[in-house]
Amino acid sequence: MNDDVKIGGHISRQFDLELDEIRSRVLTMGGLVEAQLEKALVALRDGHSEAVADVASTDDKVNQLEMEIDEECTQILARRHPAAGDLRLIIATSKSVRDLERIGDEAQRVASMVGHALDNDIKAKYYKGLLSLGEHVKELLHSTLDTYARMETRSAVKNIRMDKSIDDEYGRVIIKLVDRMKSDPDNVSDALDVMWAARSLERIGDHCINICENVIYLVEGRDVRHTEFEEIKEQLSQ
Amino acid sequence: MSSETLEDRYQTVGSPLLEDPKMRIRSVDVSYANNQAIFDVNLDIGKNQVISMIGPSGCGKSTFLRCLNRMNDTIDICKVTGQILLDDEDIYSKNLDVVELRARVGMVFQKPNPFPKSIYENVAYGARIHGLTDNKVQLDELVEGSLIKCGLWKEVQDRLEEPATGLSGGQQQRLCIARAIAVNPEVILMDEPCSALDPIATATVEELISELSENFTIAIVTHSMQQAARVSQRTAYFHLGKLIEVNDTSQVFTNPEHALTEEYITGRIG
Repeated sequence: MNDDVKIGGHISRQFDLELDEIRSRVLTMGGLVEAQLEKALVALRDGHSEAVADVASTDDKVNQLEMEIDEECTQILARRHPAAGDLRLIIATSKSVRDLERIGDEAQRVASMVGHALDNDIKAKYYKGLLSLGEHVKELLHSTLDTYARMETRSAVKNIRMDKSIDDEYGRVIIKLVDRMKSDPDNVSDALDVMWAARSLERIGDHCINICENVIYLVEGRDVRHTEFEEIKEQLSQ
Repeated sequence: MSSETLEDRYQTVGSPLLEDPKMRIRSVDVSYANNQAIFDVNLDIGKNQVISMIGPSGCGKSTFLRCLNRMNDTIDICKVTGQILLDDEDIYSKNLDVVELRARVGMVFQKPNPFPKSIYENVAYGARIHGLTDNKVQLDELVEGSLIKCGLWKEVQDRLEEPATGLSGGQQQRLCIARAIAVNPEVILMDEPCSALDPIATATVEELISELSENFTIAIVTHSMQQAARVSQRTAYFHLGKLIEVNDTSQVFTNPEHALTEEYITGRIG
């Protein structure tokens, strides 16, 4: 972990344990969400409908963890009055678990595509692009969870750049689907299903970036939301 | 002791200096006999602002506060060097009347210390000895005005002649603040003014501090970091007699510049 970020070392050892516990539960939640996305993409690729239920049942655990971590953050705010780095850790964590929970929801939406009886031609032509997008989003999610675990701003910036190329890739998928809708109006709903799945993957990328921005806030105390990529890089190099 | 002789020189981080401050503190060292308690402090105190001094026990924050109206003069072994200006006037100048200085720079202490007199007399006392009023009507108005400013008037207006010691702790502390402001000071120093009060009385005094800052400059020493966060616009962190950091309170409690400040406010050093 980044040596500049201190979790322990409080006079109150109990406070150290509480912060450690929160951090470890966020990592557990991240692991579950990552598995949800992986299973959703496998289900999509192989058409395994049983994976859909698996993704959904994991979502229950993710939701439960979100509520538990939120409650632990609330307790720390109420009882410990954290300040400075500790306060930023609690704020960043509380926001990040919300993003993780939404990533789980989006993964579930992607998995639910398996149940749709899509036109085979659409599957053949557009699943490849969708799955490629999914793989890149999975890579981004993995890197984001590493960024949180290590509290590293350098990898956070790298992930923000990665999301830009994911946005571009998403744009290309959408253009192709729109063209398809124009040329084959009878199968618009099938093309829309693929579009919604692509949209969910793109949203997962956005949630990853929220988490990376939270890590930058946690480590540097800088709020880089709604800031251009080049400006973020410049701010962090100062 | 001059700052050049210090073995361990340091630089205060943040923004210790201001434009057009109420008080300027430059190169101030304080020693008790051979023990140096304050090292080369440079700080400005802004007009109509509340500045909090925080730090571990023994860090020198109360010693420093007491320099600002020469309360340390009463301690024989205490030696203060450097310069402290109140509106460009050196408060350690030989020509300066210390009694007058303490009227301009009032003080409120940790434990409420009303005189063993009536509520009215507690507030009227300072105005009388400084000759601030010409007659009883003016004095009555001054007492009433001071008690109104401290939010105490409604609670005591029917028993002004009763002993001040009969008031609750929170009321006594607000009375002491009324007594301090009755002589129309420019600066009010507060040395842990709420440490002997319960949470409700503390909230009342904190609200009062915020209201008073519209008309007075306030410097407060507090052990409660939450109190510093609530009442002050600027926060100064002292550590082993050195002024480590001065910054806007909002920054100090979310993203302090100095590692020692961070360690103190996050409870890693005490």
